[in-house]
Amino acid sequence: MIALLIRDLRLAFRAGGGFGLGLGFFLILAVLVPLGVGPDPQTLGLIAPGILWVGALLACLLSLDRMFALDHEDGSLDLLATAPIPLEGVVAIKALAHWLTTCLPLALVAPVLGILLNLPGPGYLWLVLSLLLGTPALSMIGAFGAALTVGLKRGGLLLSLLVLPLYVPTLVFGAQSVTRAAQGLDPLTPILLMSGITAGSLALLPFAAAFALRINLR
Amino acid sequence: MASLWEYANPVKFMQTSGWLMPVAAVLAAGMIAVGLVWGFFLTPDDFRQGSTVKIIFLHVPSALMAINAWAMMLVTSLIWLVRRHHVSALAAKAAAPIGATMTLIALITGAIWGQPMWGTWWAWDPRLTSFLILFLFYIGYIALWSAIEDPDTAADLTAVLCLVGSVFAVLSRYAALFWNQGLHQGASLSVAPGTRMDWSYKGPLYLCMVGFVMLFIALVLAGTRTEIRARRLRALLTRERAMG
Amino acid sequence: MMPDLGTYAAEVSLAYVVSLALIALLIGWVWARGRRMKRALDALETRLNRKQNGQV
Repeated sequence: MIALLIRDLRLAFRAGGGFGLGLGFFLILAVLVPLGVGPDPQTLGLIAPGILWVGALLACLLSLDRMFALDHEDGSLDLLATAPIPLEGVVAIKALAHWLTTCLPLALVAPVLGILLNLPGPGYLWLVLSLLLGTPALSMIGAFGAALTVGLKRGGLLLSLLVLPLYVPTLVFGAQSVTRAAQGLDPLTPILLMSGITAGSLALLPFAAAFALRINLR
Repeated sequence: MASLWEYANPVKFMQTSGWLMPVAAVLAAGMIAVGLVWGFFLTPDDFRQGSTVKIIFLHVPSALMAINAWAMMLVTSLIWLVRRHHVSALAAKAAAPIGATMTLIALITGAIWGQPMWGTWWAWDPRLTSFLILFLFYIGYIALWSAIEDPDTAADLTAVLCLVGSVFAVLSRYAALFWNQGLHQGASLSVAPGTRMDWSYKGPLYLCMVGFVMLFIALVLAGTRTEIRARRLRALLTRERAMG
Repeated sequence: MMPDLGTYAAEVSLAYVVSLALIALLIGWVWARGRRMKRALDALETRLNRKQNGQV
């Protein structure tokens, strides 16, 4: 399983692996929003938590369709399905690789973009923390969506249609925790609720995703 | 006593639904017609809400069916996953567009009602938001059905999506509640003292609610019959092509 | 015949018109699809029957 993780990471970092695309998208979004909304620092500070969370979520969405598609095309997914490790484990590893290559950099870069958007002081710590705790759920839900659409030719758009409604609870609680922290309120409740969703997704969704993959490989 | 599982047999289902569907349709048409005419022409205006209270006869039944249609899809999806009865999967498929339409009606009537009452067409109120999210779930579900060619694969995948989606729809409901305490009034039909409605409202409302249930049953039966025929058509065409 | 709807006449009638139109659209769609499918299946079945009888 660790070998699989290393292989996936190596593929992602290789030229053409798409590493950094999500980061670039996140950066562009954080630049575009002030251009659209206007430069007033107060307004920007007010919407910064929401913008950063939505941006991270969309950036995470960008690379989802590659999660199984490439392996499906060259047939290595069939090999993985018949390999001695359980398919649920494969799905979890794939989600982990996606998280490490896409979501973890997003969470680390987010405070820098927070400066651009004039995020109020106490928000920074909770922004990073909420992204670190919330994005694993995004990767796992995304793995489920990618497993559903793996055999389809134009699965990318459908994938976002399926996955985005599933992202709602994580987004609400994650952005709420940052907003509350930025306003000097207690951010603990939403972040705990969000971590609960993450834990639940990590525990249950690998089974749903592996089930969907088996159907698609049938 | 006949078992429910008999209707898993498409032939048996076609026989029964053949007479049940028109009965439900007639009942639905009658009850909705009487309920709406009663509600629209004969109920007095509310002293606070004026005549807008008459929108309730469309808003509440459609909202009721919007949620119940999803619940029915959840149950039929489970039956399909566990017992592999095709009729069950096809019924879930047939229910989705109906549920989506009901959600849309509930949203639109809610917006029209909210305009004079709250002074805005749309408020990001938890109930409204949850319904909008429910609508997105319906769209995703329908899109997944139409994207996959093989009917059994499509049935399996949409069933899994329905199960996972149900969990997240409930989570979204509570997330929306957490996110914004709303303008929307609580349940109008609660038995709590002080919130009782007069029979001149309750009568048409109950009639319309039962009428919408009947309408849903009739439409789901009709849709399922169509899907069963589509499935048979597909099977016959494949067999013909195989025989050359 | 038309009841006095007061200030909110436009809103109430709009709600009724839109909802009934949507329901009518839904019924029409389900009905048309049912008809089309039934006709297609009937046509195919008669064709298959004729083919079978011709071969026998």
